[in-house]
Amino acid sequence: MSNEIFVLVEHHAGAVTDVTHELLGKAAELGGPTVACLLGHGARGLADGLAADTVLSVDDPVLEHFVPEAYATVLASLIAPRDPRLVLIANTTVGMDLAGALSARTGRPLVAYCTELAFDGEATVATSQVYGGKLNAEVEVTGPVIASVVAGSFTAASGSPGAVQDVAAPDLSGVRTQFLARVAPDTSDVDITAEEILVSVGRGIGGEENIELAQEVAEALGATVSGSRPVTDAGWLAKTRQVGKSGRKVKPKLYLACGISGAPEHLEGMSDAELIIAINTDEKAPIFDVAHYGTTEDLFDVLPALTEALQGAIA
Amino acid sequence: MNIVVLLKQTVDLVEELELNDDGTDIEREYLSFKLNEWDEQALEEALLLKDAGAGSVTVIALDETDVDQSLYSALAKGADRAVKLTGDFEGGVSSHRRAAILAEHLQREPYDLVLIGVQTPEDLDGQAGVILAGRLGVPHVSVAIGVEPLDGGVKVSQEFGAGVVHELKVAGPAVIGVQAARQAPRYVPISRIRAAMQEGGIEEAPAPEVPAETGLKVRRMYAPESSSHAEMLSGGADAVAARIVEIIRERGILK
Amino acid sequence: MSEPLFGVALAIAMAIFGWTLSRRARLLVAARPAARLDRVGERVKRTLVYGFGQMKFLRGEQPAGIMHALIFWAFVILFLQIVTLFGRAVDYNWHIPGFGPNQPLGPPFFVLRDLLEASVIVAVSYMLYRRLIAHTPRLFGLGKAEERYRSAPHWEGIVILTFILFIMAGGLLHDAGRLVAFNIHGNERDFAPLTALVAAALGGLSRSSALTVSEFGWWLHNLTVLTFLNLLPLSKHFHIITGIPNVFFGKLPPRSVPRTQLPVVQVPAATPAALERPPTGRPGIASLADVSWKQVLDAFSCTECGRCTSVCPATAAGSPLAPRQLILDIRDRLYQHPEQQRGGDGAAAVISDDVLWSCTTCMACVEACPVGIEHVPTIIDMRRTLVDEGRMEPLLQQTLENFVKQGNSYGKSARMRARWTKALDFTIPDARKEPVRYIWFVGDFASFDERVQRASQRVARILHDAGVSFGMLYDGERNAGNDVRRVGEEGLFEMLVEHNLGVLAEASYDAIFTTDPHSLNTLRNEYPQYGLDKPVYHYTELLADLVAQGQISLTTPLTGTRVTYHDPCYLARYNRITDAPRTLIEATGAQLVEMPRHGTNTFCCGAGGGRIWMDDSKLDERPSEQRIREAQALGDLDYFIVSCPKDLAMYSDAAKTVGAGFEVAELTALVERALGQAEPALAGVGAAANGAGGDPAPTPEPAG
Repeated sequence: MSNEIFVLVEHHAGAVTDVTHELLGKAAELGGPTVACLLGHGARGLADGLAADTVLSVDDPVLEHFVPEAYATVLASLIAPRDPRLVLIANTTVGMDLAGALSARTGRPLVAYCTELAFDGEATVATSQVYGGKLNAEVEVTGPVIASVVAGSFTAASGSPGAVQDVAAPDLSGVRTQFLARVAPDTSDVDITAEEILVSVGRGIGGEENIELAQEVAEALGATVSGSRPVTDAGWLAKTRQVGKSGRKVKPKLYLACGISGAPEHLEGMSDAELIIAINTDEKAPIFDVAHYGTTEDLFDVLPALTEALQGAIA
Repeated sequence: MNIVVLLKQTVDLVEELELNDDGTDIEREYLSFKLNEWDEQALEEALLLKDAGAGSVTVIALDETDVDQSLYSALAKGADRAVKLTGDFEGGVSSHRRAAILAEHLQREPYDLVLIGVQTPEDLDGQAGVILAGRLGVPHVSVAIGVEPLDGGVKVSQEFGAGVVHELKVAGPAVIGVQAARQAPRYVPISRIRAAMQEGGIEEAPAPEVPAETGLKVRRMYAPESSSHAEMLSGGADAVAARIVEIIRERGILK
Repeated sequence: MSEPLFGVALAIAMAIFGWTLSRRARLLVAARPAARLDRVGERVKRTLVYGFGQMKFLRGEQPAGIMHALIFWAFVILFLQIVTLFGRAVDYNWHIPGFGPNQPLGPPFFVLRDLLEASVIVAVSYMLYRRLIAHTPRLFGLGKAEERYRSAPHWEGIVILTFILFIMAGGLLHDAGRLVAFNIHGNERDFAPLTALVAAALGGLSRSSALTVSEFGWWLHNLTVLTFLNLLPLSKHFHIITGIPNVFFGKLPPRSVPRTQLPVVQVPAATPAALERPPTGRPGIASLADVSWKQVLDAFSCTECGRCTSVCPATAAGSPLAPRQLILDIRDRLYQHPEQQRGGDGAAAVISDDVLWSCTTCMACVEACPVGIEHVPTIIDMRRTLVDEGRMEPLLQQTLENFVKQGNSYGKSARMRARWTKALDFTIPDARKEPVRYIWFVGDFASFDERVQRASQRVARILHDAGVSFGMLYDGERNAGNDVRRVGEEGLFEMLVEHNLGVLAEASYDAIFTTDPHSLNTLRNEYPQYGLDKPVYHYTELLADLVAQGQISLTTPLTGTRVTYHDPCYLARYNRITDAPRTLIEATGAQLVEMPRHGTNTFCCGAGGGRIWMDDSKLDERPSEQRIREAQALGDLDYFIVSCPKDLAMYSDAAKTVGAGFEVAELTALVERALGQAEPALAGVGAAANGAGGDPAPTPEPAG
């Protein structure tokens, strides 16, 4: 086992993701040496923006787009000779595919949904969010380990690499997965990342017909309605209005969370808002941990009252 | 096409979670369990494939608390076979152990496509589907929001953040971690579940004994004491509404 | 008089009539069975009251109701007149034996005949006036849901009314002409004032002219009768033939455990889960093939009067359901596609999903129908098919899944069910652990809805202070299943029943009371089928009794407090409990002002039958809001009193939306005040709206 800390560089449409920089930041904080694994085709230039001791760059046409099987094969081939102590992967779609695959291929333990990491002598101690964010688990692992990390957990590092090393890709001819197309989101609707005030609804809103209640508050506030995954999955709101890990990351001046319990995936997308006010009848809902103000009054009472109060206040 | 759907019982999160005596795991004895909600999506996607004539559906689950209910429900919804792997799973099953058992079992069970919920609320050691694919040595795609037959294989829509979707073609057997089915999971009336129960029809097989360690040691579990907690407003809807208006006005958000 | 021609006409008419009837009868024979021959005594009684007694007409809308009753009774007597006139084809002076001018029954018959002929002429003229001049809306289609009916031909009614006039006129002319032509005097004239009057008018005619008039009248009468007869099965007037049988075969109220006396001796607990499945075949009605003969008879019997639609909250709210249109749609399909009764291809759904999901199961339509049509049971049967195929709104689906997993509509942990009791300064016994006299079946709303929880706490305090022995099932209770059954999820209903009976079996108790009329209905009327053998009371019955016994003494009369009371459908209409709540209100000293629609004639809040778990945003105006307006029209009111948890929630919202000047309060809020215990502030009493501190009812916003 080497002391190296591997970080998978995730990049989309020519840009390295924020969470990659966060992982590099944590790797450096843990004492490195940090090794950034940059996989792609014609993406070597991205290495310049990585605050890592070493960047391992693998360039292959098969790696132009994210193909889980191919990426896992390449990463496994990078890990094997250098035997790093820790492999950091963001808990994103890419990370979900790779962390488990590497654990299975390399036999290394995996800690998922990490929000904290530290070394304790030989051991790595990680804190994970489990049970929908209702519990944290503090986990100890001895020996090499893989951690998939929740975005927003660590401070990003900026800088440039000590060295960039090109590594030839292993044989990828056996890959049975083929990239077909990238479908970009519909941009005809509002861009919720640009909105200053969001009235956001969750499962607690109950049904499409009740979105109207949030819409009325939004109108009185000059705001836009957004929602959590269950709401867009149910088709009550357009997919473009989804806040959270698989939706948009937003940072409005005011985020009014209505009937949102605050699953980690959602919190990831909105916890940086300047002011968060949450309405949820469950006093134990995790949303109250990130909200600045909260109430357990029924949203079906609060929203109409709020509309009225706002109209009164504005008039 | 033989479609296998892997189901798992997970803790119903509407229940208040309690910890065991040494604080390293939840106390499972008094909790209620339900089918993992992502597995429900995986099942629906499989049934949509079946409805479209793409093949038969076999659901497989470990014998965890109240799993019969979920298996009968799957049969009532239209699954062709239900297999329960029996063994001692009382203390919970890690993703690695589950993947190992299922990988071993799938040596005996012909499959072309494995669908599984992309995650469960208990995946401390990672998601079982992708680990399973690693063990089986077959391709894997996570966070799928649509699976359709294509040229003998399948076309998978893989969802990324900000609404971006990749379409991938996977040839041959594969494991797909389903985030959401193309349609909301269907309702199955209780009478049909009861009819399925009366017919029986759950096949049982002993879970293969496979060594599988997670390598993780849980030091403790605890409810996150958030560094901050919201200041709670109360006193009825009108009072709360008035207070909210006051707060946002103070912050200069409301002009 | 010898009229062979009439013989021919009669033979042809009867042949056609027989053929038409046989075609209709085939629809009945092909239909699914329905068990409607039990408890014959009760059936005879209801037929006498509602059929021959015309009770629904006498109690319903006037003067149309009395007019109908008059025509009905007239035809019972005038049937003798028809027989007489048919007989006169052979002998011009024929009388039914015993009814001759000098026979005992003759004179009374003549008097009645003339009086009734006069009444019928008046009644029919009034009805023609409604159709031709006044255009009474009920007769021309109501609401959005009856668009189709509005464009339907309405000549049927006019033709039939005209025919009735012809029959009356023909009979009169025949009789009067006969008196003149044969110069008949005596009883036939003396006891027949109207006929005598017409005869006097014809007095100047020659014998042969008078005979012509008489013969003309005779032909007019007899041919109209024959034509009329043939029109019946082809028109909405088929009800003349099928209406009374339809009343006879109506669904009888289920038998419940007698409540007159509380059993003092401990009755052994019900066997848990001894479920006997009700005798149903396939779930629901997917096509005409699944329609029962009683439902066919319902379709035959609809006379399109629209009494059902005019009281329907769904129609009034602008939803796609109108009960009349629903029955007519089934009838049209039966008549136009009888082959679909045999199933196979083309047996498509009869009524659209939207229409079926609009029903609140309030029973107003069934209550209003004079011929015993059962709209609501048919709708529920059809919903069963929708549920079986998973065709429902996401919210409803989510709710049903909540019932499956947690046993309550909220999807909350069963352990949270009794959390509201924590605010009490005493402990309600757990009936599973210690014997109690009453088990309080609390229900979902009263357990989980914050507003209603306060009402539950109040009920608990009052009963506790009165020294009543009562307990609860705590986390053992599940939703009773009333509305689950109305949604059409029969299997889930049975699952809930099984669970609840299992838990009840562990308990030792004499009787059940519930704060929820919906739970009351199924516990009282449906659980006995599954083995429950304890009486079930509504809490208002219990409280009224305690007040009467002096166990609760209301020492602070609420003199000067003006209230109105809303009867919950499942209490008033389904279970005929209308007195107990009124007795209680009276006991508090408050002045009760009734809304126009009250008692068994109450108007639904819109939440029943699972509607509370469905989208109501597309309605023009929610029934609850219409109801609040109805109360507003009563002038200054202090409280709008409810006795159902759903009502408290529905009307608190509606009162806010409408901006009512009164407060929606649950009945015990009044009782508590009359006990001298409640705080003086209104908000404390209301337990409903404006929960903010002690704010009184809405105050006007300062201008600007």
